[in-house]
Amino acid sequence: MATAAPPGPARTGGARGLFAALEVDARLLGMIVAFGAICLAFQIWTGVRLSGPGFDPMGWLTGGTFLTPRNLFNLSIQTVSVAIMATGMVFVIVMRHIDLSVGALLATCSAIMAMMQTSVLVQGLGLPLGDPLLAPLAILTGLVAGTLIGALHGWLIGYLTIPAFIVTLGGLLVWRNVAWHLTGGQTIGPLDGTFQLFGGTNGTIGEFWSWIVGGLGVLGAWWALWSARRDRIRHDFAVKPIWAELTIALLAAGAILGFVAILNAYQIPALRLRRMFEARGEAMPPGYTEGFGLPVSVLVLLVVAVAMTLVARRTRFGRYIFAAGGNPEAAELSGINTRLLTVKVFALMGFLCALSAVVASARQTFHSNDIGTLDELRVIAAAVIGGTALSGGLGTIYGAILGALVMQSLQSGMAMVNVDAPYQNIVVGLVLVVAVWIDIVYRKRMGLRR
Amino acid sequence: MTDTRVPLVEMRDMQKSFGGIKAVDHVSIDLYPGEVVGVLGHNGAGKSVLMKMLSGAIPRDGGEIWINGARAEINTPRDARRYHLETIYQTLALADNLDAASNLFLGRELVTPLGFVDDSTMEAEARKIMARLNPNFRRFSEPVSALSGGQRQSVAIARAVYFNARILIMDEPTAALGPYETQMVMDLINELRRTGIGIFLIDHDIHQVKLMCDRAHVMKNGQLVGTVRVAEVTEDDLLGMIIAGKMPAHLAG
Repeated sequence: MATAAPPGPARTGGARGLFAALEVDARLLGMIVAFGAICLAFQIWTGVRLSGPGFDPMGWLTGGTFLTPRNLFNLSIQTVSVAIMATGMVFVIVMRHIDLSVGALLATCSAIMAMMQTSVLVQGLGLPLGDPLLAPLAILTGLVAGTLIGALHGWLIGYLTIPAFIVTLGGLLVWRNVAWHLTGGQTIGPLDGTFQLFGGTNGTIGEFWSWIVGGLGVLGAWWALWSARRDRIRHDFAVKPIWAELTIALLAAGAILGFVAILNAYQIPALRLRRMFEARGEAMPPGYTEGFGLPVSVLVLLVVAVAMTLVARRTRFGRYIFAAGGNPEAAELSGINTRLLTVKVFALMGFLCALSAVVASARQTFHSNDIGTLDELRVIAAAVIGGTALSGGLGTIYGAILGALVMQSLQSGMAMVNVDAPYQNIVVGLVLVVAVWIDIVYRKRMGLRR
Repeated sequence: MTDTRVPLVEMRDMQKSFGGIKAVDHVSIDLYPGEVVGVLGHNGAGKSVLMKMLSGAIPRDGGEIWINGARAEINTPRDARRYHLETIYQTLALADNLDAASNLFLGRELVTPLGFVDDSTMEAEARKIMARLNPNFRRFSEPVSALSGGQRQSVAIARAVYFNARILIMDEPTAALGPYETQMVMDLINELRRTGIGIFLIDHDIHQVKLMCDRAHVMKNGQLVGTVRVAEVTEDDLLGMIIAGKMPAHLAG
């Protein structure tokens, strides 16, 4: 049963044919282009601000401070918290629900974890400050709390059939103020040293291990491509031409290793390096330099991204989420327990909020009363900019993460060129609306139904 | 004309009310192996509700379901599938955003030893069954929302046939189809009948019922008007039962 279609370029030609042969998602491509355009614009803008008068495009491009290892490093650690939650929001929105409580839930989890490590475990269990058990126990408590709260939301929505909008709108008020109540509104810190490893600059794995992780990432990507192709050949399905597979394999490797190279290029300041050596009781060799490498928080995001993508595409749980979002009635008639599914999806969302709380509070090294404020809007916007349809049934994990990255790069880019805060938010708001409009136009052109 | 064989399906004294309205009011019907039985009536006569109680989509208020002479507990669609009872809904019950293979196996996915869904094997199986049911079907990688009415119908039918249904409920399977595709579905029904499957056919087209069915249960206002052998009645007799709720004169009393 050979059904091999002739390769695209032979028939269609041009760029469109090329992308058809590569089977690259046009939306993914669009978002990468958008991200590239934003980077380039801010690179030039910052370059113009730094250079003197006169027309010097090349000087602007090379003199900008946006596309520097330092800024890209910061951009990546600023994106993590929202991006982690956005992956969960994809599932929530795909199931035709919404979660307005993620920022508040993050605050409650952050408060619980901060109190665990600074007082409850210390005074209650008698663990000394700095004990290696503090961070794992605090994180575990936070993750359990987040999961349970999320499951409670899911139960109210799935079994008591209260609309998700209402449950999580109530949840926004409740959990924001539960956090306040727990801490008495006080800032709690400094957080445990091990815990702070999840924050970003305080926890990076160094150049060597970053290359190892990057290498494993490349091998993993190649293995995924190869096994998908082997599967299709085994069943006699049409496969991409081998040059297309190789191109994609090379692009993937380039992207992964390029990312690692950038993070490794960001040098740890000399003062800080000297202190690190002194802490180990050694003297720093003269002229010694070292890059930061992958932050632990980014590593967490990468693990979440891979795991959530696997869940979405390769598990029954994920398949049922998309089926229930596409046609809830059909899902139920197929024997899927959509109520329990709702509980699971919101429990997962709660778990991810708690995980984001680890990253967010570790990044600022303390818990503050306003942590996660307005994150619900950023998270929903990231998912939606990433192509998740509010009507349900459509959305991708990588899209949501790219959406978070696009928003964060806009925001920090504008901050770098000193755009006033109100204008920053106005721009982000407009971008959200325009992005969804472009998506609608694109779907209509392609004859896809929303 | 009592049949001495054991009925494939027997629904005894089925009841269902919505608010104060008796949608199904003490109805008992049966189905034998290799038989196509029409379930007829106006919109709101209760035929769809009766069939949904059998498929587990609607919980019943009272009554018993017997399958192959044994009492069956069917409370959810999953229960019905355990008895090899499959339903092709009028709405087709397809998840529009998923492709044909995902819909075919929805709720019964094939998994790899690691527990991940095995999409390529499912697609291969889907290709096999579709080659038999609808050889023109090619669009395996597109969401079913991109398919024509007939193609969608064949996905819904494939879902029932693939899992070796013993009992099939078809709710107006040809309502949205053109003449060629209607003929295809009718051929398929005849083929399935020969393999000993019992089929409940909900249909509004009296001509088609005369053509396809062995017997017909006619309902009106939630009650069973009567059960007739299709060969012993005319189309007008059937219409009279549906509209007036009266048994034909030569069979009454």
